[in-house]
Order: sequence, then C-alpha cells, then structure tokens
Amino acid sequence: MANLESEFVGIKSPNPFWLASAPPTDKEYNVRRAFEAGWGGVVWKTLGAEGPPVVNVNGPRYGAIHGADRRLLGLNNIELITDRPLEVNLEEMTRVKRDYPDHALIASVMVPCEEDEWKRILPMIAETGCDGFELNFGCPHGMAERGMGSAVGQVPDYIEMVSRWCKEATDLPVIVKLTPNITNILYPAEAALRGGADAVSLINTINSITSVNLDVMSPEPMIDGKGTHGGYCGPAVKPIALNMVAEIARNPETAKLPISGIGGVTTWRDAAEFMALGAGNVQVCTAAMTYGFKIVQEMISGLSQWMDEKGYTSTADFVGMATPNVTDWQYLNLNHVTKAVINQDDCIKCGRCYAACEDTSHQAIEMSEDRVFTVKDDECVACNLCVNVCPVENCITMRTLEPGEMDERTNTPVEAEYGNWTAHPNNPMSTAAE
Amino acid sequence: MSNTPFSDGIQAGRLDSAELAENFGDLHPRFDDHEALVAADRCYFCHDAPCMTACPTEIDIPLFIRQIATGTPEAAAKTIFDQNILGGMCARVCPTETLCEQVCVRETAEGNPVEIGRLQRYATDKLVDAGLHPFGRADSTGKKVAVVGAGPAGLSAAHRLAMHGHDVTVYDARAKAGGLNEFGIAAYKSVESFAEREVEWLLKIGGITVETGKKLGDGLSLDGLKAEFDAVFLGIGLGGVNALGVDGEGKDGVDDAVDFIAELRQADDLSKMAIGRDVVVIGGGMTAVDAAVQAKLLGALNVSLVYRRGKDRMNASEFEQDLAASKGVRIITNASPKAVIGNGAVREIEFEYTDNDLKPTGQTIRLAADQVFKAIGQTLEGEGLPALEWGKIKVDDNGRTSVEGIWAGGDCATGGDDLTVTAVAEGRDAAEDIHAKLSA
Ligand SMILES: Cc1cc2nc3c(=O)[nH]c(=O)nc-3n(C[C@H](O)[C@H](O)[C@H](O)COP(=O)(O)OP(=O)(O)OC[C@H]3O[C@@H](n4cnc5c(N)ncnc54)[C@H](O)[C@@H]3O)c2cc1C
Ligand SMILES: Cc1cc2nc3c(=O)[nH]c(=O)nc-3n(C[C@H](O)[C@H](O)[C@H](O)COP(=O)(O)O)c2cc1C
Ligand code: SF4
Ligand code: SF4
Ligand code: SF4
Repeated sequence: MANLESEFVGIKSPNPFWLASAPPTDKEYNVRRAFEAGWGGVVWKTLGAEGPPVVNVNGPRYGAIHGADRRLLGLNNIELITDRPLEVNLEEMTRVKRDYPDHALIASVMVPCEEDEWKRILPMIAETGCDGFELNFGCPHGMAERGMGSAVGQVPDYIEMVSRWCKEATDLPVIVKLTPNITNILYPAEAALRGGADAVSLINTINSITSVNLDVMSPEPMIDGKGTHGGYCGPAVKPIALNMVAEIARNPETAKLPISGIGGVTTWRDAAEFMALGAGNVQVCTAAMTYGFKIVQEMISGLSQWMDEKGYTSTADFVGMATPNVTDWQYLNLNHVTKAVINQDDCIKCGRCYAACEDTSHQAIEMSEDRVFTVKDDECVACNLCVNVCPVENCITMRTLEPGEMDERTNTPVEAEYGNWTAHPNNPMSTAAE
Repeated sequence: MSNTPFSDGIQAGRLDSAELAENFGDLHPRFDDHEALVAADRCYFCHDAPCMTACPTEIDIPLFIRQIATGTPEAAAKTIFDQNILGGMCARVCPTETLCEQVCVRETAEGNPVEIGRLQRYATDKLVDAGLHPFGRADSTGKKVAVVGAGPAGLSAAHRLAMHGHDVTVYDARAKAGGLNEFGIAAYKSVESFAEREVEWLLKIGGITVETGKKLGDGLSLDGLKAEFDAVFLGIGLGGVNALGVDGEGKDGVDDAVDFIAELRQADDLSKMAIGRDVVVIGGGMTAVDAAVQAKLLGALNVSLVYRRGKDRMNASEFEQDLAASKGVRIITNASPKAVIGNGAVREIEFEYTDNDLKPTGQTIRLAADQVFKAIGQTLEGEGLPALEWGKIKVDDNGRTSVEGIWAGGDCATGGDDLTVTAVAEGRDAAEDIHAKLSA
C-alpha cells in the first residue's frame, strides 16, 4: 500500500488530510476523536486575543444549498472565531499534542492588526507544543467588520506586514490563510511570500447569501427577521478553490510557495485533484461537518488505492504534476479538432443533447422520426455541451480528428502542427511570420 | 364472528376488521413531500418525451414532474388536469407499466422508470384534497348537451363541455355517478371513497346537472334526447356480461365477477361481505385479477384464476399477474371450463387443458369450488344505438357516430383500449369536436 505520510513545511503527519480550522477542531473532545478516526492533522479553531471571548449569535449560523435528496452541496456560515477562553484552548491543545505527538497540530490565530498583539500571543501559543501557525486572514463576516480576518486579507500590504511580525516572533512555520474575496489571488499570495510566510492555505469561505426567505423577505440564515452575508464552503466552492490554487502554483514568483489546499474537499479524488495542481496537503471542513469524522477512512483508502494503481509511492510523487498543463487560453491548440460521437448502444433516447444543441448551441444534432440522435459533423463545433447534459456517462464522447482528416464544418483538413491564437491570422496582434 | 378462512361455503366475516382494513389499504400509498422530490428528481425532462406520447391523454409529464421538483405541486396538478380531468383516478388505476412508465427512458436504461403514476397522484391529491378546482367556465353559449353515462368518458366530456360554456345534463342508469370508477375499480386502488370525492370535485366547475336513475332505453330515448338537446354524447360503457356457455352455469354460487366487485365496492362493512372458501375465477383480464385478488383479501382459503390461453396472452398486465400471485392467487393457464358440477349449488368445476390455439387436449382437471366468478368479458347493451362495429358503437377520430348530432366514447365505442384513461381522452376529444360543431 502506498505510503500516505506527509510532510508540509517540515510538519509531519500520518496522511495529508487535515481538518481545517472550524467547529470540528474547536475543542479537545473533537480533536481527540478526529485523530482516532484517522485524520492526519488539525488546524485548531481560530484563537483570538486574551480576555472575554467573542460571542456568537444565538440563532441559526448556517444556510445550505441542497441537491437531489437533500445532498448538501454548499454551506454558508456566520460563525466567528472560537468563543471559548484562550487559556482553555491552550490547555487543551497542550494535552492533545502531548498525547498525539505524531499528528499535526496547527494553531490558527486572529488578533487585531497591531504588532505587539501578534508578537505577544504567538510565543504564548507556541508553549502548547503546536507544530505551526496559520494566520486567519480569511474570515469574511463578523470579524472583518472589526478590522480582522478578510479585512486584513484583502490588503496585501497588511498581509506582508503581519506575516513579517509573526516570522519575527516565532521559529515555527507560519502559514497564511487566504481569502478568496479578492480580485486576483496572486496579490495576497505574493504579499505573504514577501512577508516571509512559509506557506499559504486557501481558500477560506466566500461571501454569500444562500437563499432568501420569500415569506419574511429576509436572507437565510435568518435571525429575528434579518440576515447577513456569510462564508460559503462545501462541494460548490471546489472549482473556485482549484483555480486559485493553480494560479499560485503556476505563477513563477509563487511557484515554490507551499500550498495547503482547502475548499470543498469531500472525497479522496478531490484531494488528489488539489494536490495534482500543486497543494502539498489538503484541509477539510464541510465534508466532516456533513458526514462526521469517519469520511477520512474513505479518503485514505481511496487515495492509496489510486496511488497504487498509478505506481506512486509517496504523495510527493504527484503533487504539482498537473500544474504545467494549466495554461492561458491563448496557448491552447486551435488545430486540435474534435467531434461529438453518440454511442447508439448506450443512448436511452432522452433527447437532452438535442434540446441543448438545437436550442442553445449549434444545431448539430439530428433527431429522426424514431428518436435516433446523431451528430452532424458539418455543424458540430465540439463545445462538449451535449456530453455534459447527457444523463448516461460516456454515451457521448469527443473524437479527435487525425491530422489530414477533413473537418466538415470548416471544410479544411486538420493540421498536424500545434497552432494557437498568438499566431492565428484572425488575431490582429498575431506574432506569426507572414 | 366465528368464521375463518376454513369455514365451509359462502360466508361473511372470515377475517376480522383489522385484517380487512389492512388488506384493503392503499395499494400504492401516496408519496410524502420528500419522497416526491426524490422521485421527481429522477426525471430527465426529456425532449419530446416518450412518456407523454404513450399517455392516451398526452399529459405533459416532464413539465408536471419539474413543477413538483420545484415545490409547486399545485401547478403540476393543473398541468395534469388540463389534459385529463380524471388525472387523480388515472394516477391510481392506470396500468402505467404498459403506458407511460413502460417507455420512460429510465425504464430503457435501468429497468426502473420514473414513478410517473405515483407522482401524478401526489400532485393531483394536493388540489382534490384541498377542494380546489382550477377551472372556470367560459361565457354561456346557450347550448345544451346531453351526456349519457357518468363514467370516465361521460364525466370527462361533461367537464370539457361545461368549461366551454355549454349547459350539460348527465344521465346515468345507476343510483350513483362515477361508472366503473365507483363500481368496478379494485377497492385497494381507490381507497377513502376517492371516486365519489373526485366526482364531487369535478362538478365544481358548474353547469353540469347529474340525473341518476335515468336509463337510456327505459324512460330515456335517443330520439327524445336529440330533440331536447343540441348534441348527445354516449358513454354508456359495457353493461352486459359474456356467458360461459357450459353445463351447470345456472347453479347457485356461479356469479358475474363485475357484480361481485360492484357489491364489494359499495359495501359499508367488508366483514359482512360473504365469500366462498374455494373460489374459482374464470378469465384473464383485469376484472378476473381484481375479483380473484379481492376474494383472497376477503379471506377465501383457496382462490384460483383460470384462463383458457397462455400466460402471455392474458390481458392483465404482468404487474397485475404478479400482484395476484403475491396475494396467494393460483394462476392456471391453458384450461377451458367444461362443466359446473354440484347439486343445486356449485361444488366443483371441471376444466379441460387446451393448447395455445385453444385445441382441447383431452386432459381434464376438477377444482373444488363453492363460488365461481365469470370474468370473460363485457358487452355493449342497448337497442336503437347508432351503427356498431365489432360489437361497439362505431366512431371516427372525433367520436362522431353514424348518427348526426350523436357522439360516443369510452368502452362502448370503437377505438383504443378499455381503460379509464382512454375513456377520459375520448370523452375530452369528443367534447372538443361537439364544441367546434356547436360554435360553427
Ligand atoms: C373490474 C374492472 C376493473 C378495472 N380496472 C381497471 C384499472 O385498474 N385500470 C383501468 O384503466 N381500467 C380498468 N378497468 C376498465 C375501466 O374501468 C373502463 O375502461 C372505464 O371505466 C370505461 O369508462 P366508460 O365511461 O366508457 O364506461 P363506464 O365506466 O362503464 O361507465 C358507463 C356508465 O354508463 C352508465 N350506463 C350504462 N348504460 C346506460 C344506459 N343505458 N343509460 C344510462 N346510463 C347507462 C353506467 O351506469 C355507467 O355509470 C376495469 C374494468 C373493470 C370492469
Ligand atoms: C462553521 C464554520 C466556521 C469556520 N470557522 C473558521 C475559523 O474559525 N477559522 C478559519 O480559518 N476558517 C474557518 N472556517 C473556514 C474553513 O476552515 C474552510 O476554509 C472552509 O470551510 C472551506 O473548506 P470546506 O469546503 O472543506 O468547508 C469556517 C468554516 C465553517 C463552515
Ligand atoms: S459538441 Fe456542441 S456543437 Fe457538437 S453536437 Fe455537442 S452540443 Fe452540439
Ligand atoms: S442526451 Fe445522451 S442518452 Fe439522451 S438522447 Fe442524447 S445521446 Fe442519447
Ligand atoms: S420518459 Fe421518463 S425521464 Fe423522460 S420525461 Fe418521461 S418520465 Fe421523465
């Protein structure tokens, strides 16, 4: 069986599956049970400054988007950082780390944007024996209104400044947790790097309103007739998180910056995808909150089965392997021509491909009197929409035309050579030789 | 109550009322809200959906299922009723396994169709139970139409005519409207007096007068109706029953299955309903299955359903056959009745085995029987009707008969299967044609 042991910025853990800083990691009871269930590490629920802790709302904190059969696709929350006293958290962390020396325990921290605040609290927390720090610059609600969380994470200069303070205050690894509520993820990532951070983790939650109560006319979750935007997470945010991870991983400046991938990781496959795009490990919150700690067992067995099948012996073997294949649109090969093909044996004749292509695409599917659906090669632009709407997996596939084969739509033979937009004759900025 | 399934002869009270209530409960209970959402989500919203084409009333199935999926079952019900005003009963009695669900693409793909019938029931029950009738009448046309027969065909025609502003009088020979919905459909398909509630709900449109106890050929004449009304629609079903034509057919204990079922459907207290210990049902259609199953559910010890041809030739669908078998009915095929034996009352009945071409083999069997139900087909009754073909009133695609001004539909007319949903479609279409004619 593949070895799942993982090392991230020098922190070792039995596997690359960490629980993200959130309710699952808010106390000793949870974290002990999480480690027993098989989680490789935890990022403890974000700690705040000493003194009276924050208070949470006493009404619902969560809103949700459901798919069929109430499958939870997206979750939104308005929870704040830990609402338990700092001393209690620190005592618990100390006990847990003592009993689980081989598991990763990271302290997530958020204090006001003042140098002495950060410099005073990190050494205090380090006494728990924790393996590193994660700076929470991501929380998009509540804390941001008080000038913390994403209010810091949205200003690259602040990220750089706080990262530097923290690196000055501790020898332990410092991970900066990024907010996705920005225009370009590279600015905060580069700022973290400039500030000396050892790694970034992303994404934190996305500003969102999950639904509107149409009787009361208030956003949900609703508290006494009012709602506020919350942070969105769960399977629905994975595509956004994957893109941001890839952007950092393929950016020359940040290419070497380790990434802890977060956002919608629900299965071993999600984890493998984050890692293929460059994440050294992953963090999970919503999937655990939906199904409990036990899901990590599927993640462990699935990832190791897949690694065995592919012949990878350690996670380092495939981390970042997909990164070089993430490119800009302008470099995609325009001479690569494909056509949709419907496998008549698999087709159940629902007509969805027809409706989609006829009504909204390129009128490239023909429907006969007796409901046989076929692709018109002279109309098909290879957009893939039919593949995506067909309810039968692999019933419609995209066939790649051989070089020299006629593309019936353009009436030109397929060229063997790679050719992209930068050199295309229609491009006014074309760099091609005439 | 001292009787049991073992008691000799035709006896009431073989089972106690709790057992009877359980036996005659809803065959397919209504979906709850969550079940409906899950079932609705399986629909692919097919383009030019095959299920819709297979429905004799052409309900827009993908649309109504989507309306359920988006939390508006009331709108779904309206979509159904637009095409089929008896969509509630059809949801319960349609042999969906040979109609819409048979051609559902998910049946093709996985042998497990979208449960269209039960979804239809879920939606229609919402409006009917709430007593909400979503249709109103057009301005009065001043025209009068007579509908003879208050079964599915007649009710469907009457509703559509009333909607278009005509004044409708419905005559029915029975004391109660509903036709076979009320007197024929198996009890476990239409529980809690649904047939009666549905008629009440349908009549809310207004403009329909129902006159029960009025029989064509006995007080009412076609000529009289023609003179009094601007148009006449006949939906009189099949009132007669085929005879076995064997020795001893007249002995006590030999009855028509439809009479047994009608009596059962009207019984206030099933524990007072007498049934034999050894019951033999002759026939291979829905009526035979319904009689056999309900005999068993009443507590008969042995129930055999005997059909003269092979299993694949039975009119009852495979689902119906399986239902009968699962309730403990013994199905015997390729056996033709020869003689009813007994002294005054039936004691045994003899069959001869036949091959698929009904050629006798010379081999016989005798089954113990204290009650025999005949279910070998119904026939059209009545004199002076428009021209017939194959024993039914001959109609064209619009339900027009050979007589100007008289339309017909449902079981009594040619075209289509003898099914509730077909009767509804034919009644509706004839009404549209009558309306077109009267507005011309
Ligand atoms: C036992 C049994 C079970 C069945 N089960 C199913 C089932 O599960 N699913 C299904 O789809 N179909 C089933 N059917 C068939 C279905 O009931 C019929 O196809 C449908 O009822 C036909 O409707 P109709 O309006 O044409 O006739 P009917 O329902 O027969 O209605 C005719 C009406 O006309 C009245 N009438 C008759 N003669 C006269 C007259 N001379 N004057 C005035 N009124 C008259 C009758 O009293 C009756 O009310 C079953 C039939 C039977 C017998
Ligand atoms: C209820 C809730 C509370 C959270 N609290 C914190 C927090 O205190 N600190 C933090 O860094 N992230 C917090 N997060 C964000 C998660 O750690 C994680 O970044 C996000 O949920 C995306 O991952 P997921 O899709 O696996 O849930 C919280 C998330 C949820 C759902
Ligand atoms: S790939 Fe696009 S254009 Fe081609 S058949 Fe499919 S939907 Fe139509
Ligand atoms: S969507 Fe798929 S299954 Fe449906 S008709 Fe098209 S090819 Fe066939
Ligand atoms: S055939 Fe089946 S899947 Fe398609 S629209 Fe009809 S019910 Fe839905």
